[in-house]
Amino acid sequence: MFKKIWGWIQRFSSPKHFYSISGKLIPWFAVPAALLGIYGLYMGLFVAPTDYQQGESYRIIFIHVPAAWMSMFIYVVMAISAAIGMIWQIKLADMIASASAPIGAWFTFLALVTGSLWGKPMWGAYWVWDARLTSELILLFLYFGYMALQSSIEDQRTADKASGLLAIVGVVNIPIIHYSVEWWNTLHQGATVAKFDKPSMHIDMLIPLLVMAIAAKLFYAAIVLIRARNEVLYRERNRQWVRELVEKL
Amino acid sequence: MSMNKRSKRKLLVVMVLLGVALATVLGLTAFEENLLYFYSPTMVKNGEAPAERSFRAGGLVVAGSVERASDSLLVKFDITDNEETMRVEYSGILPDLFREGQGIVAMGAFNDKNVFVATEVLAKHDENYMPPEVASALKAAEQNK
Repeated sequence: MFKKIWGWIQRFSSPKHFYSISGKLIPWFAVPAALLGIYGLYMGLFVAPTDYQQGESYRIIFIHVPAAWMSMFIYVVMAISAAIGMIWQIKLADMIASASAPIGAWFTFLALVTGSLWGKPMWGAYWVWDARLTSELILLFLYFGYMALQSSIEDQRTADKASGLLAIVGVVNIPIIHYSVEWWNTLHQGATVAKFDKPSMHIDMLIPLLVMAIAAKLFYAAIVLIRARNEVLYRERNRQWVRELVEKL
Repeated sequence: MSMNKRSKRKLLVVMVLLGVALATVLGLTAFEENLLYFYSPTMVKNGEAPAERSFRAGGLVVAGSVERASDSLLVKFDITDNEETMRVEYSGILPDLFREGQGIVAMGAFNDKNVFVATEVLAKHDENYMPPEVASALKAAEQNK
């Protein structure tokens, strides 16, 4: 039984198999991502009511919060993929991890920049060294570290091992980011949506925010598949099936 | 044989993760004080805040406590954590969100007259988002209670 499942996993996760399936999957993520993104942005920027304290400035939340959530979500995906690649030596998992890193880094950057632009008029400062902002900045450096290790080590297996270990170790930063606003006094406010009692946000603001969050997840799914396909072609460039694929073009 | 190797690698990953997590917890506990972005008025009263150098104090601006000078940018107000209250003096431009009842964080130090003089005032935003109509309805309901 176990052998059967294991064989099935190995066959499914073969780069060749992944390449043909992922090509068909991409539009199923990309199209809903675009539609939901446009709808969510329109609802958030034009339809959602103004905020009683912040007026219109709060609308940056519709970019900032989904970006911040994605920055952590992608890191967890990357770390889990790296662990799977390391323990079960599934090459595809390493490829997913390395395809995820730049996407995660961009979302982290976006969260930091939008937060900073909002911070100046609201808090009175672009940047403060509180626990939330600092741990999110460390997340950006973890992504950079992963990408640097990937590209600086010539041998692919060694590169996956070294960068994968960094990804796994860095996962301890994720709960720190999430709970920083509870564990320490921070300037950053506490959680609005992700808390156990009901969200402290009016429903007309919450819905566009959740729509944007789903759009961001689908966007990531589409982009990571595209990037992983490139990674597959590059790493398997000397294999027969890739050569046949190229000859057909 | 290959299972054995695989579980060895699994164990290694788990051990590394546990080790790093433990080290992080110890590190964060040791540097607890440095991770605090601000001290509450209660902590200041209890002498937990540094006396010699400047530090940040944070709390809610007490309603009715804000006094503005008529000929300068000087503003005086009380901040509270609902247990202790402390006076803050600041000369400068306040952020948009500064208002009575709002959380603020003031960077400053006690002068020789034992007044906390701030060099920077930041507004702390809370986690509530709602339209103005809802906010005023909530306020009205509170007053009717």
